[in-house]
Amino acid sequence: MKKWKYLTMTAVMGSALMLGACGSDSAQKGNNAETNAPASTGQDAADKKLQGAVAGDGSSTVAPIIEAVVEEYAGAQPNVKVSVGVSGTGGGFEKFIAGETDFSNASRHIKDEEKAKLEKAGTAFTELPLAYDGISIVVNPENDWAKDLTVEQLKKIWVEDGKAKKWSDIDPSWPDEKIVYYSPGTDSGTYDYFDEVILDGADLASSATLSEDDNMLVQGVAGDKNAIGFFGYAYYQENKDKLGIVNVNGVEPTNETIESGEYAPLSRPLFVYVKNSAMKESEAAYDFIQFTLEHAGEMAEAVGYVSLPEDKYSEALKTLEGLK
Amino acid sequence: MRYMDDTAVMKRMTKRITFNKVWKSFFFLATTFALVTLVILLYRIVTQGVDYLSIDFLTNFASRFADKAGIKAALIGSLWLMAVVAPVSIILGVGTAIYLEEYAKKNRLNDFIRMNISNLAGVPSIVFGLLGLTIFVRMLGLGKSVLAAGFTMSLLILPVIIVAAQEAIRAVPNEQREASYGMGATKWQTIVHVVLPAAIPGILTGSILAMSRAIGETAPLVVIGIPVILQFLPNGLLSQFTALPMQIYDWAKRPQEAFQYVAAAGILVLMTVLLLMNSIAIFIRNKFQKRY
Repeated sequence: MKKWKYLTMTAVMGSALMLGACGSDSAQKGNNAETNAPASTGQDAADKKLQGAVAGDGSSTVAPIIEAVVEEYAGAQPNVKVSVGVSGTGGGFEKFIAGETDFSNASRHIKDEEKAKLEKAGTAFTELPLAYDGISIVVNPENDWAKDLTVEQLKKIWVEDGKAKKWSDIDPSWPDEKIVYYSPGTDSGTYDYFDEVILDGADLASSATLSEDDNMLVQGVAGDKNAIGFFGYAYYQENKDKLGIVNVNGVEPTNETIESGEYAPLSRPLFVYVKNSAMKESEAAYDFIQFTLEHAGEMAEAVGYVSLPEDKYSEALKTLEGLK
Repeated sequence: MRYMDDTAVMKRMTKRITFNKVWKSFFFLATTFALVTLVILLYRIVTQGVDYLSIDFLTNFASRFADKAGIKAALIGSLWLMAVVAPVSIILGVGTAIYLEEYAKKNRLNDFIRMNISNLAGVPSIVFGLLGLTIFVRMLGLGKSVLAAGFTMSLLILPVIIVAAQEAIRAVPNEQREASYGMGATKWQTIVHVVLPAAIPGILTGSILAMSRAIGETAPLVVIGIPVILQFLPNGLLSQFTALPMQIYDWAKRPQEAFQYVAAAGILVLMTVLLLMNSIAIFIRNKFQKRY
């Protein structure tokens, strides 16, 4: 008897799950209508329903923007199947080189070796800007000494020089405590960018905790008085109350200082790299990238990044048109 | 012959009983440790995720708004994945087990095969991911499709299914086979009509448990590069898709705190699927298993 109870229970739970999963599509439509997105991408997109598949991969920093764009695009062109992976900038380029994707999101410029591999594979590509991000240097809120660091100090803090560093090594008036490091993983463009502009390509402190999961870094810095870390602006924005921000050369990262470039050198552009042949041959791919450029600014602001000035987007759209 | 010395025995009695009690409580603690961990984990996930769990959560696609985010694409994607993994892994796994137990002679080659299957069971899942990426995604050109991921996952759980099926087949008493031969049945007839029916509960239990592993496995999917941002359902074996663990992993990485709770809700869905599969396995075992 007990067995039958078991069976009925599992059957009921199972069918509930199935029904739920296979339920109506209309809920989805309602959803997209509610989001405060612009109604359409322009005349032709509204008139013409495209078909096809578009594949992308890349940076986890860019992912929130692209997710928002894909969500809106599904409302505009429900028959175009856009799928985007989140393998990190480096991982994304690897798939781009292998020819598996039509576009690749990046939080840094393409590297020379990646460029060479693309040339070898015979893939022509174009770089298009999406938004700005300011890599935010954060410390624990209880840290009251490192509120303002120069680039030289940052370099001194983060570079690997063979010995364990204390805060007092940077400035004698700071506490005699070991510095605890939190950094994004080596596959991320954020790591590469930081390595390039702050460390000039030198090695990052080897005692650093590396993680592809930026929330891990937030937790780490929030939980240790002597910690320092860095990651994309959006993660700082969402966790402001748990973290202390470090001004770089006296400039605090804000929407204004990032857009104006005053927050240097850590304000950086985010990109999408598109495969030229895909733009030419696939109407769906072209339309999606066009839609992305038209909405990237708004979506970037919505998810915690900074939009580019309007003329940069129109310039990018013109470049894209040239690929058609 | 020495008689037992009552006083000596009595003197040691308390010590022996205490010793027994100490170990008993240690073993009990060891047992409860796993259970307590599970309860804490469940409690945390349920309290975090239950607010986001609703019919909408099951019927919506992923969204940048935490309260509109849904798990539809991932749930259906995982079901598609299982639709590939189940037949592929069970047919190959049971076939291998039948060959090894019923047909293969006891020689060095077969011992070598057996040993390697056991070894294969211990290979980390990320290695299978790399194998899948190289062979199925790139060499065979299947792309990041349901089929490519399904084959990779099948390889991952194949050793587990083979071992489970071997055990089940071995548990069928030899007398039954001999009786079947005695009636004039061929080897094939014996396998189909005697061995398999008797072994099927064990095979199914093992297979379903292996499949619950496949449905929760993330690493191979990450390596293959299964996309997480998509707003459509797979419409065929070569279609792109996303799966439950990928979606959960993606949510857990989001900057907004609310997505942590969405991830917890996703975990609840995954756990429900897992518990369902496991309870089906238990049901089959209890219902059909014969003891000889």
